[in-house]
Amino acid sequence: MSIKISGVGKRFGDFVALSDIDLDIPSGQLTALLGPSGGGKSTLLRIIAGLELSDAGTVEIEGTDATDLPAQKRNVGFVFQHYAAFRHMSVAANVGFGLKIRKRPKKEIAGKVDELLSLVHLSQFADRLPSQLSGGQRQRMALARALAIEPTVLLLDEPFGALDAKVRKELRAWLRRLHDEMHVTTVFVTHDQEEALEVADQIVVINNGRIEQVGTPDELYDRPSSEFVMSFLGPITMLDGRLVRPHDIEVVAVPFPDARAGRISRSSRVGFEVRLEVNLIDTPQAPPVLVTLTRAEATAKRLDQGAAVWIKPVEADWSCHGR
Amino acid sequence: MAEVLTEPPVTARAAVTGKVITVRSHSGFRWVPRLVVITYLFFLVIWPVALVAKATFSRGLAPVIEALQQPDVLFAFQLTLSIAFWAVLINTVFGVIISILLTRYTFPGRRALSAMIDVPLSVSPIVVGLALLLVYSGRTGWLGGVLESAGLQIVYAPPGMIMATAFVSLPLVIRELVPVLNEIGTDQEQAARSLGASAMQSFLRITLPAIKWALLYGVVLSLARSLGEFGAVKIVSGGVAMRTQTATLLVEERYQQFGLDNTITAYTAAFVLALIAVIALVVVTSLRPKEEYR
Amino acid sequence: MLWFSLLVLIPLLAIVIQASEGGWQAYWDALTSPQTAAALRLTVTQALLVTLVNIVMGTTIAWVLVRDRFWGKQILEVVIDIPFALPTIVAGLVLLSLYGPSSPLGVDWANTKGAVFLAFLFVTLPFVVRTVQPVLIELEPEVEEAAASLGATRFRTFASIILPALAPAITSGAALSFARGLSEYGSLVLLSGNLPYSTEVASVRILSYVEGDKLTEAAAVASILLVVALLVIVLLDLISRRVARHG
Repeated sequence: MSIKISGVGKRFGDFVALSDIDLDIPSGQLTALLGPSGGGKSTLLRIIAGLELSDAGTVEIEGTDATDLPAQKRNVGFVFQHYAAFRHMSVAANVGFGLKIRKRPKKEIAGKVDELLSLVHLSQFADRLPSQLSGGQRQRMALARALAIEPTVLLLDEPFGALDAKVRKELRAWLRRLHDEMHVTTVFVTHDQEEALEVADQIVVINNGRIEQVGTPDELYDRPSSEFVMSFLGPITMLDGRLVRPHDIEVVAVPFPDARAGRISRSSRVGFEVRLEVNLIDTPQAPPVLVTLTRAEATAKRLDQGAAVWIKPVEADWSCHGR
Repeated sequence: MAEVLTEPPVTARAAVTGKVITVRSHSGFRWVPRLVVITYLFFLVIWPVALVAKATFSRGLAPVIEALQQPDVLFAFQLTLSIAFWAVLINTVFGVIISILLTRYTFPGRRALSAMIDVPLSVSPIVVGLALLLVYSGRTGWLGGVLESAGLQIVYAPPGMIMATAFVSLPLVIRELVPVLNEIGTDQEQAARSLGASAMQSFLRITLPAIKWALLYGVVLSLARSLGEFGAVKIVSGGVAMRTQTATLLVEERYQQFGLDNTITAYTAAFVLALIAVIALVVVTSLRPKEEYR
Repeated sequence: MLWFSLLVLIPLLAIVIQASEGGWQAYWDALTSPQTAAALRLTVTQALLVTLVNIVMGTTIAWVLVRDRFWGKQILEVVIDIPFALPTIVAGLVLLSLYGPSSPLGVDWANTKGAVFLAFLFVTLPFVVRTVQPVLIELEPEVEEAAASLGATRFRTFASIILPALAPAITSGAALSFARGLSEYGSLVLLSGNLPYSTEVASVRILSYVEGDKLTEAAAVASILLVVALLVIVLLDLISRRVARHG
C-alpha cells in the first residue's frame, strides 16, 4: 500500500471535518476523493500532504510514518485549485523551484525543466510570466512544477475547478493519459462525479467527514452501498418504492406485464438524450418519474408529450431501496 | 429529482476559520518580531505622546482650563477651526468632482492630472507656502497686486491660509474616492441611466450613497490634516496673534517664550490638537472595516 | 479643472520661474552657498537613513499586524497612524518630552543631528507599513503552501516568494517616506533648534530666505524639493504599472 491512513480525525473549533478515517490508497493508481463541498475531502488531502496536521490517527507514506513530518519533508507534489503560481518568476523558474531548493546543479535543473515543459506542452512559454498564461496553461505549469521533484505521491486539490467546462474536459483526459505514462501514485479531490468516474481507478466517497464507500467507478455506480452514494454518483428517480437510474427504465407506448401506466407530462431534449417526466396514473400526487433514453429510441417509439406510456425498471441483479 | 449537484456553498473550513493562513511556526520565532515592533512603537510614539498628556496636566486641571480661556488661545482655535472648515469644504466638493472626472471620463492629460494629485502629499508645506506667496503676495506676487487693489487680501490673511490648507489636504479625499469609484464600476450607474435617470439623479441616488463611507473617511483625514497644518500656514500668514495666528502657530510661539504659564499654554493647545487627531483616527479606524464588508 | 490649475499649477510654476530669475549662475550660487549646501546635505542624508530604517521596520510592523494575533493589536493600528494625523508642531513637542532636556530617560538629543533623524523617523512611520499591509493581506496562502510542499523552509519561502511579492509595495513606501522626510519642517522647529550647519534642514533654509526677502534663493532650494517630489510621483506610477503587468 502506498498511503495508509488510520484513525485520522480533524476538527476546526466545534466543527468536525474528519472522523475516524481508515483508508488504503494503492500504489501507482489514480484515486479520486469524491464528495460534496465541506465534506472533508480537501482536509484529508491536505493532511496527507502535511499542510494540515491531524488531531488523531496516523498517516503512512510508502511505509514511513509521516504523521508528524512537515510538508517540506514529505516529498509530495501538490497542485492547487487556483494554481498558486509564483507570480514574479518565469514559468521555467516556477517548474525548477523544487529542484533549486534541493540544491541540484544548474544543468540538471535546466534539463529536467525542459523535459517537463515539453511533457506538458509548455516549452514555448518557458520564459513567460504566469500572468501571461491562460488558466489551463497555468495549471499544466503547476503540474510540471509538482512533478519536477519526482514526488512519491501526487496530490491535486480540485485541480480543474477554476477552469471552463471545455478546458476542464480536455485537462481531465490529459491527466489520465499522463498518469498512464508516469504511474505516480495520484490522489485528487473533486466534487464532480463525472470527473471521478471518467478519470479514476478507484473512488473514495466522503461525506460529512466519513467515508461512505470505496470502490472502482463501476462498483460505485452500479452497486452503491447507500442512497447517498447512489444519488451522488448519478441521476436517480423513485419507482415502485425503489431508487432506480432513469436510464434503467423501460418505457413503451403499449401496455406490457408488470409495467406501471402513466402519462408523459414533460419531454425535453438535451443533446442526444431525451428526458421524460412521467406522471403515474395510480399515484397522481406523487412526483413524476424521470426516464431518460436516447433520441433515436424516443423517436422510434413515438414518445411525445402527453402520450400514454407504460414503464418498468430493467431487471438488475441488485437494488437499492429508498428509505 | 436529484441529478447533478447544485452550486456548492462556501467550504466549511473557510467559513469556520475565516481566511486560512498557514501559521505554523515555533512560538519562540513568533515572539521576536512582536516584541521588536511593540518596543519600537512604544519608544517612538506611545511613551512620548503619554508624556505630553502628563506634562499638560502636571500642575493640575486648573491651569489648563485657565490657559484655554485666554483670548488669544480661543481666537487661535476658532481661526483654526474656521480655516479647516472652509478648506475641507472646498476639498470635498472639488475632490468629488475631480474623482468622478478621473474615473468616469477619459480626456487627454488624465494620467498627468492623476499624478499631479499626489504632489501636495510629497512636497514640503514650506514650498507650498512659498509658491502661494510668489503668486498672491500684494508686494511681489503676480496676481497679488491686482487682487489687493481690488480689496482682496490673500496673503497674510485668512483667504491665503485657507488656500494653503486646502492645497496640502487636497489629495486625501481624492485618494480615498478614486479606488472605490473604480471598484464599484459603472454597472449600477448604467442601470440607473437605462431606467431613465439623468446624470445628476444617477450621481445623487446611486454614486454618492455607494461612496459615502470612503468620502467620510477622506473628509475626516482631510480635517485632521487641515487642523494640524503648520509650515505652509506659517509662511502665508505672518502669524500675528489675534489676527492670523492659528492653534499650531500658537503652540510654537508660546513654547519659545519663557515662563511656566506660557509652557502650560503651549502644552495645552498641543494636547487639544493631539486629542482631536486621535479621536479622528479612532473614528476613521472604526469606519474602515465597514468599508471592507460592503 | 480651472480651480485645480489656479490652486496647484500656477503657484508651482511661479517657483520655477522665480528660481530662474537671475539665470543659472544665481541658481547654482544659491544652492552651493555653504549654509544651504550643508542644509541640503543634512536633509538628504537623514532622509535616506530614515528610509532605510523604515524599509526594515515598516515591513516588520506590517508583518506583525497581518500575521500575528495578540491582545492590543488593534491599538497598534491606531498608534501607527498617529504621526500621520498629528500636527507636526505637536509631533516636535511629543518627541521633545521623551528625548529633550526634561527626558525621563536622561537623554537630551535636542539640537543635535539625532533630533533631525528622530523627527524624520516619527513622521515617516506610517508610510512603508501602510503600503505593505494591503499586499500582505492579499497574498494567497496557497502560494506559501506550494513552496512548502516543494521543500522550502519558512525562511526560504519568505526570502524567495514573499519578499519579491512585497518589493513594489516596499519601494513605493520607501519613496513616499523619503519625500516626506525631505519636506519635513514643523517637528524640527522645537526639536532641532535649526542651528545653521548642524541641524538646519532645507525647509528651514527656505523659510530664512523668505524672511530675509531673498525670494529667488528661496525658490532655488524649493525647486530642488519640487523636483524630488515629482520624481517620487513618477517612480510610484512606474511601479504601479509594473505591478499591474505581473497580474
